[in-house]
Amino acid sequence: MKTLSLAAPLAAVLAAAWLALPAVGAAADLGQRGTGDLGIVIERAIGRVLVVENSGRQRLAEVEGLGDLSHAAAVFSRDGRYAYVFGRDGGLTKVDLLAASVVKRVEQAGNSIGGSISQDGRLVAVQNYEPGGVKVFDADTLDLVADIPATYGDAGARSKVVGLADAPGNRFVFTLYDAGEIWVADLSDPARPTVSKHANIGRQPYDALVTPDGRYYIAGLFGEDGLALLDLWHPDAGVRRILDGYGRGEQPLPVFKMPHLRGWAYAGGQLYLPAVGRHEVLVVDTATWTETARIPVKGQPVFVMARPDGRQIWVNFALPDNGFVQVIDVLTRQVVKTLEPGPGVLHLEFTPRGEQVWVSVRDKDCVRVYDTASFAEVATLPADKPSGIFFTSRANRIGL
Amino acid sequence: MPSRILPHLAAGLAAMLVALGAAAAQADEVPTPRQAELMHMVRQDCGSCHGMTMKGGLGRPLLPEDLAGKPVDALAALVLDGIPGTPMPPWRGLLSEDEARWIVTRLTQGLDR
Repeated sequence: MKTLSLAAPLAAVLAAAWLALPAVGAAADLGQRGTGDLGIVIERAIGRVLVVENSGRQRLAEVEGLGDLSHAAAVFSRDGRYAYVFGRDGGLTKVDLLAASVVKRVEQAGNSIGGSISQDGRLVAVQNYEPGGVKVFDADTLDLVADIPATYGDAGARSKVVGLADAPGNRFVFTLYDAGEIWVADLSDPARPTVSKHANIGRQPYDALVTPDGRYYIAGLFGEDGLALLDLWHPDAGVRRILDGYGRGEQPLPVFKMPHLRGWAYAGGQLYLPAVGRHEVLVVDTATWTETARIPVKGQPVFVMARPDGRQIWVNFALPDNGFVQVIDVLTRQVVKTLEPGPGVLHLEFTPRGEQVWVSVRDKDCVRVYDTASFAEVATLPADKPSGIFFTSRANRIGL
Repeated sequence: MPSRILPHLAAGLAAMLVALGAAAAQADEVPTPRQAELMHMVRQDCGSCHGMTMKGGLGRPLLPEDLAGKPVDALAALVLDGIPGTPMPPWRGLLSEDEARWIVTRLTQGLDR
């Protein structure tokens, strides 16, 4: 009894202190300025994001309290002021970059993987593993607008959802990992979404992309060699297989990290894609959808990203080669540079016009900034176990 | 009051001793610096599919309740040889058998124990 009577006030004091802490830690207001030069860096282990500035190559502020960001992604409001951050724990957090604070946070699912913002900027969609499906929220209020469970088969099982991307016409396109289906949800009337489904696209689709013009949706397959292509201008023509059997006759290597297809791997009419289980980048002609080249690289590619002008392709790798980044010259289709930023290179992001690239180096607790012409390292920013880097220029691009 | 607390205390102490004994046995098999590397690998690299907190993702959840009742050797074999037909790769080239068993034991106890 005695301990209890002491413990209660102590708990009250502790609670008060804890409640007061976020206010003390709430970071600097960045004042009156544009956001076009800003971005965020995910600090995956501590549930925090950094607000960063491209031109000054500097950290401006920290925003805490975003939950489990072990797999996290972000999109931006059309005015570039707000970031919508999707966390592993199903949290959707709206962050005000200028106030460096959390505007609102909803726990919308048990296990989540990423999201998109609609063409008109009014809807934010989240793709969920558990319970499998897509939920759509009002971008202003984060109120739930539509719930699309990824139910498939006769038994009513729910599939994990991957590869969610926005497409013109206020559509969201996504892929059912367990079911092997691509769904196109039309939210031009948000209260009454219509969903069209394409089944039998292949085994274990793991991620997908939309081409920069918003026309083609391509899902990569883990369970077989090939990709599934949907022409969003001709959805009735259905899904076709491209690069079928690209690794035929070869034994794939163990895949220690799933490749990602999000990002910009489109340059000069060619699409550059990571080969699953192979030390290769595949090149596909988007006029004929046939393979035009395979470029040998150092390891198994994870991200294959084109510099915004399309002249270079930058690649990072799965274990055990995740300390390296390679640069492919698009004209010669050869690796022209190998960089070693350090162990655990998880993501890269180009500045909007591509003169710099920011590289997150998880195990060195830093972000390195490289000049893409000279490959010189021009800055290093400390960051706690950084993963995704997202600049506000994404706000005005289709398919991210 | 004490008579009700004591048995719990004793049980708790016994459990702690058992856990300490198990930890000591593992420490013999995997050197301490390597244990830190392995824990890093589990959270960061296994975590890309299973979640940093092991609550699951594309891969299954690996929390103690998910692994309860499953033999350590069988789980270690899954780690070493992977699960064909799924994205779970064989980690044999990167982990020894002792290391795989150590990881599985830590997972069954909970990483934040």
